[in-house]
Amino acid sequence: MTRVPPPIAMLAELTHRCPLACPYCSNPVELARQDRELSTETWISAFRQAAEIGVLQLHLSGGEPASRRDLTALVAAAREAGLYTNLITSGIGLSERRLAELDAAGLDHIQLSLQGTDAAMADQIGGYKGGFDRKMQVAAWIGAIGFPLTLNAVLHRRNLHQLPRAIDMAVEMGARRIEVATVQFHGWALKNRDALMPTRAQAAETTRIVAEARARLKGVLVIDYVPADYHGDYPKRCMGGWGTSGLNIAPDGQVLPCHAAQTIPHLRFENIRDTPLADIWYDSPAFNAYRGTDWMAEPCQSCERKTKDFGGCRCQAMAIVGDAAATDPTCIKSPHHGALQDRARAHSESADAALTYRTAPGKPIPAE
Amino acid sequence: MEATDIPGLPRGVRLHFDKIRETWVLLAPERAVTLDQIGHAILSEVDGQRSFGDIARTLAEKYSAPVDQIARDMAGFLGALRDRRFLDVTS
Ligand code: SF4
Ligand code: SF4
Repeated sequence: MTRVPPPIAMLAELTHRCPLACPYCSNPVELARQDRELSTETWISAFRQAAEIGVLQLHLSGGEPASRRDLTALVAAAREAGLYTNLITSGIGLSERRLAELDAAGLDHIQLSLQGTDAAMADQIGGYKGGFDRKMQVAAWIGAIGFPLTLNAVLHRRNLHQLPRAIDMAVEMGARRIEVATVQFHGWALKNRDALMPTRAQAAETTRIVAEARARLKGVLVIDYVPADYHGDYPKRCMGGWGTSGLNIAPDGQVLPCHAAQTIPHLRFENIRDTPLADIWYDSPAFNAYRGTDWMAEPCQSCERKTKDFGGCRCQAMAIVGDAAATDPTCIKSPHHGALQDRARAHSESADAALTYRTAPGKPIPAE
Repeated sequence: MEATDIPGLPRGVRLHFDKIRETWVLLAPERAVTLDQIGHAILSEVDGQRSFGDIARTLAEKYSAPVDQIARDMAGFLGALRDRRFLDVTS
């Protein structure tokens, strides 16, 4: 295997608590309880260790990171460690005063999620009444302070028609970037495929709208696009390759190669409470499991795209094929691709199923 | 880009020396761009005060290179950053 490069980005999932209950939440179905969350000191140590091994970008995420009362202290410590610090938030839990404190602490950038472009849609998807109005208020405060802003619109069958309005909203808010993210089926989203799977026609229309908006808004708004992957031909390069550019720390301190890695049952993850981050990054069997290309079987092993997409997403292979070392079934070369597309069509054509909302940490998990 | 245009790094975009990889990088929202020597030399002059033309002249003198060649390099590099919203340009 070639030399392991140092990591560039770290996602710190500060908590799984969240006032919202999005049915596509990428948090694991088994949520970490508050009493399992890392202390302020342990997070700060993790940030310093991350900077020491080469991490440049820190994403503070959740759940809702604003649910942590020590958020400002964590931001200040991250900046002190030399990290570019990004807050990924729904906006709920941020007051004008708290934003001013985050500004003083040196927060570099905010990524604000968008569940819908009006209160009716957004509050239904987020499962939180009044959430949309609050978010708009928070967006105005963010603009007044001048934080660089990315709007992150998660799109699925129920709200894809709102994409043009979401793009306009990003411009109106003064955002420099929008992420047009078609829902990815991990975590809670797997329970909601019947309700959320876009149709093939919707996926194609989305691609068209993005291309048109990119041309029209060049130099004004950067559009990053995550297309619907059950409808594509090739998988995405997940996390820039397993154990290659990024890592995650879960609220309880487990260090993961990607946010869904806990769905791969045979992997054991080290905890930042017990093991130095450098040892985990370079030596952990979980990080080494799917690094590079040696682990691949056919059709990936002899495929010319193998260093482009690294065989796609391991967690998707696990969820759908039942084997984390299989070719991502969203690839047309996978023997399971046809069956996946049939299932995607069936999900997308099923009459509007009810949403299964994510629950709060420690609450019972709803059945599928 | 016009000679009188004034380039500047917006809030949230900054130069950073990466000690681990021993290189300058431009840190921006969700991105870290590795800079070569030329890129770093250009961005070190960008201060939101001096114009494109002024900076081209400074660099031409410093590296004893023809000013129009420097201006061409600068326009390509800074134009790409502007398209990605990593650079503000005022006139
Ligand atoms: S996806 Fe929704 S429920 Fe999950 S953490 Fe984000 S805002 Fe909360
Ligand atoms: S066969 Fe494997 S490496 Fe080739 S495109 Fe498909 S997933 Fe990627």
